[in-house]
Amino acid sequence: MTAQAQAATATQASTQPAAGKVKVATIWLDGCSGCHMSFLDMDERLVELAEKIEIVFSPFVDAKTLPSQVDVGIIEGSISNEEDEHKARLFRDRCKLLVSLGDCAVNGNVPAMRNPFKLETVYERAYLENVNVNQQIPTDGVPALLKTVRPVHGVVDVDVFIPGCPPSADTIHTILSDLIEGRTPEPIKVTRFGA
Amino acid sequence: MALCTLPGTATMSRTISIDPVTRIEGHARISLQLADSGEVEDAKFHLTQFRGFEKFCEGRPYREMPALTARTCGICPVSHLLASNKACDDLLAVSIPPTAEKLRRIMNLAQLLQSHALSFFHLSSPDLLLGWDSDPAQRNIFGVMAQNPELAKQGIKLRQIGQTIIEMLGGKKIHPTWVVPGGVNEPLDSAKREAMLEMLPNALTIAKDTYALFKTMVPRFKDEAEHFGTMPTMFLSLVSPKGQLEHYDGFLRLKDAEGRIVEDMVTPSDYPRIIGEAVEDFSYMKFPYYKPMGYPNGIYRVGPLARLNNADSCGTPFADVALAEFHMLQEDSGPVRSSFHYHYARLVEIIFAIEMMQRLLKDQGILDTRVRARARGNRTEGIGVAEAPRGTLMHHYKIDDAGLISWVDLIIATGHNNLAMNQSIKQVADAYVDGNKLSEGMLNRVEAMIRCYDPCLSCASHAFGQMPLSIELKDAAGNTLDRLVRDA
Ligand code: SF4
Repeated sequence: MTAQAQAATATQASTQPAAGKVKVATIWLDGCSGCHMSFLDMDERLVELAEKIEIVFSPFVDAKTLPSQVDVGIIEGSISNEEDEHKARLFRDRCKLLVSLGDCAVNGNVPAMRNPFKLETVYERAYLENVNVNQQIPTDGVPALLKTVRPVHGVVDVDVFIPGCPPSADTIHTILSDLIEGRTPEPIKVTRFGA
Repeated sequence: MALCTLPGTATMSRTISIDPVTRIEGHARISLQLADSGEVEDAKFHLTQFRGFEKFCEGRPYREMPALTARTCGICPVSHLLASNKACDDLLAVSIPPTAEKLRRIMNLAQLLQSHALSFFHLSSPDLLLGWDSDPAQRNIFGVMAQNPELAKQGIKLRQIGQTIIEMLGGKKIHPTWVVPGGVNEPLDSAKREAMLEMLPNALTIAKDTYALFKTMVPRFKDEAEHFGTMPTMFLSLVSPKGQLEHYDGFLRLKDAEGRIVEDMVTPSDYPRIIGEAVEDFSYMKFPYYKPMGYPNGIYRVGPLARLNNADSCGTPFADVALAEFHMLQEDSGPVRSSFHYHYARLVEIIFAIEMMQRLLKDQGILDTRVRARARGNRTEGIGVAEAPRGTLMHHYKIDDAGLISWVDLIIATGHNNLAMNQSIKQVADAYVDGNKLSEGMLNRVEAMIRCYDPCLSCASHAFGQMPLSIELKDAAGNTLDRLVRDA
């Protein structure tokens, strides 16, 4: 059985993986990019990894659309605006396995700190009060904020949760290797909230 | 790559949207409004993320601010950590021990190194090495790994050295907590000092080699250098009290497009006198401007290009040689005006960061154990300013008697460049985009120009956000008629 097929079996994913490298997509929603930077902190291990996986969509590559079939989708950040919600659903639809990477994706973390405040007051502070000219709330070509920020699984089902702010490069490497090799990852053995 | 054919009818108002803008740090979209003739009429850079730090920090104890605001950005968390702690030092009304200041400087330079390496190698080298029109599916760091593994490995190594120094000092590569109000919470030990000093010569070799390589490449990009943002703007940055290159402290300097000093030795806490902020409907990123000239005339740029234009010298040997060469990029003796040369400036700063870290680590007092001043809130208002990799970063807090935050304003490095990025998009689109015949390589040039600024949209989305590439054809009524999407 190929590595990809094993990965799929281990997580009861139903569709057969495409032949060749494991297709990985990553995206950051409402996060700080720290989780993506931690991914890059795998450093020279990225070179080895590049032999087993293909990054088909990510802030690091130029693809502008998510392919229709992806093996592993990795989401950083929480769901804060309409676009985030749409992208999370798209990832769920097209990825066999969906991974919540980092505390923002897993529990809302810092972005969710705005939840106790009324949405208008959040906008007002930034765009009306702390501004000298042209006070206005942007609406043209920018997505509207949702009333409350949610973790990814507040919107779609998630298969693997990796806490940490950010999870270390070692953690990401361990779990990604597990997925590629068809083992069931045990994130809680290698990371924790706030790590 | 799927390109649609654009109807060439003469009555249509058309918009090209580049969505998402990739290989930048954050979420954004570019839209180009085309006239009937196919010429670019207007260009906009939309930041699509907004998080509201300025509101939700309210009510938090000020001591939480460094850890909280660092979460605006995972690429330059150290900058926020420093600006925030400097604002807190101001609230405590303390001056921190000299060794603590030096240690903070080392961490800041290590971050400058890793962040500039990321911008050059991981994000921009695919354009520079593989070509603007190369296959988009390969035009990324993994493509560089395949074509020029040695260079890719060196880039990875350089960033790794920066990140490792941050980790040695702060316990973590991303979001370390070691910098605290009043100083740092642990002195440096000699084993770590030795380990850092051992890594730096290799870093310097890689940095010098890359600089030498890039110098040979610059003439090839003459055309890009002429069109990637050459509009006249002012330049803002910190400089040291002696007018040298500075990233941690010092004073604000503003030079105009001809190189005349407009403002000098401005105490950072005076920034509200010279910097104002405006909002445009099309972006969550605000538009800072130079107040005395009003909005939008008070346009200026920040970051590596501005810092090198403003500094009288770097103060370290090889960086000073490179600075002199940098100035030769501009034929008249004025400031270097093309935003394409942000790349050049970044490589000069990498060299400076390494040389300066070596100097600070060799300092006799660097192992001193007095690294923290202790006090409670003694002022109700504090301002902290530092140079982030992308430019001048300002944190401004007010607290109540209980030490809880009552008001916050953050002016983010990338934000200062917002006006300039918008004007540069227009310029590069005018030069390369023909609305009657679109190509992927054209649009990549628009994005590549943005990459020169190395915008950190994740920072900018404290109040702003994320970049996406598609082209939409709209009729005058705003209905989408057709859409071009860049596929891998
Ligand atoms: S979990 Fe932490 S590192 Fe990751 S995006 Fe959120 S704030 Fe950034």
